[in-house]
Amino acid sequence: MNKARLMQGNEAVAEGALAAGVLFYAGYPITPSTEIAEKMAERLPLIGGTFIQMEDEIGSMAAIIGASLTGVKSLTATSGPGFSLKQENLGYAIATEVPCVVVNVQRGGPSTGLPTSPAQADVMQARWGTHGDHPIIALTPSSVQECYELTVKAFNMAEEFRIPVILLMDEVIGHLREKVVLPEELTIVDRKRSTLPPGDYIPYENNESMIPAMANFGEGYRYHVTGLTHNEKGLPTGNPEVTKKFMQRLTQKLNPYLDRIQLVEELYLDDAELIVIAYGCTARSAMEGVHMARNLGIKVGLFRPITIWPFPQEQLEKHADRKYLVVEMNNGQLVGEIERIFGYKAVERLNRIDGELITPKEVLDRIREVL
Amino acid sequence: MFNDIAQYFRTETLPHIWCPGCGIGTITAAIIRAIKTLQLDQNKVIFVSGIGCSSRMPGYLDFNTIHTTHGRALPFATGIKAARPELDVFVVMGDGDSTAIGGNHLIHAARRNIDLTAIVINNSIYGMTGGQTSPLTPHEKRGTTSPFGNLERPFQVLEVAKAAGATYGARATAYHNQLLTKLVMDAYNNSGFSIVEAISQCPVSYGRRNKFKTPADMLLWQKEHAFKAGQQPGGEEDFQIGEIFKRQAPEYTHEYERLRQRLREGR
Repeated sequence: MNKARLMQGNEAVAEGALAAGVLFYAGYPITPSTEIAEKMAERLPLIGGTFIQMEDEIGSMAAIIGASLTGVKSLTATSGPGFSLKQENLGYAIATEVPCVVVNVQRGGPSTGLPTSPAQADVMQARWGTHGDHPIIALTPSSVQECYELTVKAFNMAEEFRIPVILLMDEVIGHLREKVVLPEELTIVDRKRSTLPPGDYIPYENNESMIPAMANFGEGYRYHVTGLTHNEKGLPTGNPEVTKKFMQRLTQKLNPYLDRIQLVEELYLDDAELIVIAYGCTARSAMEGVHMARNLGIKVGLFRPITIWPFPQEQLEKHADRKYLVVEMNNGQLVGEIERIFGYKAVERLNRIDGELITPKEVLDRIREVL
Repeated sequence: MFNDIAQYFRTETLPHIWCPGCGIGTITAAIIRAIKTLQLDQNKVIFVSGIGCSSRMPGYLDFNTIHTTHGRALPFATGIKAARPELDVFVVMGDGDSTAIGGNHLIHAARRNIDLTAIVINNSIYGMTGGQTSPLTPHEKRGTTSPFGNLERPFQVLEVAKAAGATYGARATAYHNQLLTKLVMDAYNNSGFSIVEAISQCPVSYGRRNKFKTPADMLLWQKEHAFKAGQQPGGEEDFQIGEIFKRQAPEYTHEYERLRQRLREGR
C-alpha cells in the first residue's frame, strides 16, 4: 500500500537519503537547511549510522568524503554561504571521484543575504563554484514529493558515476509542507566495487565505461587518493600526456549517460509558440501561469529542467524555433544556457531578486507582454 | 637501514621529492618503525595528510593513503574514523597546514577527543612554497614574508591541543628519531586524540635564511636545545621532548557507539 504522509521538503530529503541507504552525515547549522541535519542527528544512530556536527562547512565536506572512501553513503546539507565554503572540498571530491550528495537549500544572497527568504541564485555556483574544469550534476526539486525522489536519485547518480551530486533546493521547497506518497519500490544503486585481487586493482582506470570501480578503505586494496592530478594508480603526476588523459576522462565521463542523468518535465510543448523555462519553486508559479494563459487561448508551454547541470540541451533543442521565457529567482543565471542554444534574441526573461516568490500572475503578465 | 621497513613503502614512487638535508625522511622512517613495532595490519592503517612538504609522505607509503586539501587532513580523518572506528588512522601535517589554515580543525579534533594519531611535522616554515613565515616560525626569525624578522610570536601547538581537550601530547625531533618512534607508539596506544610534534629541519627554506650553514647544524641545534622532563631549560630557544601530557577522557567513537547501543536497547 502506498503510504501518503504530510512532510516538509527538508524532512523529505532526510527520508529520501535514509531510503537510499545513507549512513553518514556531517554538517554545520545554517538556515534554511538545518532541519535536514536535525532529522539525521535523530535517525542515523538508530540504524547504526553516524551523524557528526563539524566545526564548519569545510570540515563537513571533508568528513563526508572521508566516510565515503570507507564505503559508506554520505550526505551534507547547507545553504548559500555554507555552499561557498564547501566548494574547496567539493572540487576535491570531483577530482578524486568520491560519491557523495550535497544539498543546498538556496536563500537570498550575495553574502549573508536573506537567510529566511528563497532564491535561485546559486545556479552558477553549483556549476562553476569550485576552481578548474570539472563535471557536476545538479538536480532541482519542485515539490516535496520530488525532494524525496530526487534525493534517492542523487545518491544513485553519485554512486553510479563516482561524482558529488548537488540537490539544489530553495527555501520555499525546503520549508513547504505537502503530501508525499512514498513509492512502494525504489531503485537503489550502489557503487561498482572492484572484484579483482588487490594487486590487480587500478583505482583510476581509463576503462570503457569511464567510471572506474571503487574499493573501500580498509579492505585490502591499499591505494592512494590525491587532489593532485594523478595517473591511473592514483599517484601524482605532472606528465602532460597522463594529465590530458585524466582530464579527458574526468570532464567527459558523464557523456555516455546523459539520457539517464538529464531529467525534464514538459507541458503543452507541441503547439507552443512560447516556451516558459523554469525550475525549482519558480516552476510551480510558471506552471500555474502557463495554465492560466492556456485558459485564455494563448499557445504557451512549460519546459522544466529537473536536472539543471549538465543542462538538458538536446531535450530542449527538440523544441527549436519558438520564443523562450526563462523565469528564475535570480538576476539571470540559467538563462545564459538557453541564450547559448537559441541566441539571445529568441530569449526573454522574468527575474525577481527581492526574496519574494514570482507569482503565477506575474508569469501570465510577462507571457502576454512577450507574445 | 631501509630494508627493515621497505615493505611499508610503495618503492616504485621513490625517490621522494624532499630536498637534501630535509628532516621529513628521517621522521617518516621513525613513524614507520613505530607501525612496524606495533605490528599493525597494513590493510587497516590509514594515512591522511594535508598539503605541504610533509603531506607528501602518504603517497610513498603502502597503506590506505589520502592526500587531502590544505589544512583539512583532520576533518577528512574524522570522517574516516567516525564511519569506521576499527581502522587505525594516522594524520601527518605540517606546521602551517595544522596550525594556520587547519588550526580550527585541530582545536575541534582535540575537543572531540576522537581516536586519531596526529603528527605535526614542525619545520618552522612553509617549505613547499619557498619559505614563508608560519604560525610556528620563532619570533624575529626570517622567512620570505618576514624579510626583516618575524614580528609575530609563535604558539605552542601542544599547549593549544591540550587546552582544547587532546588526551596525549608529546614532542621529539628528527635528531631524536628513536624517541619519536616510541612516542608515536604511545600516541597510537592512547585511546583518544593524540598529537606528536616532530621538530624537523628545512635547510633550504629556513636554515639558510637563519644562520644555519648546514643541515647538520640544524640537527645539532635540535640536540642542544632539547631537554627532558626533570631538566631545566637553559634558554629561550630550549624545548622539552618526550611525553608532555597524558590524561583520560571519553573518546568520541566509543561514546557514539554507546549511544547506538543505548538507542537499540530503547533506553
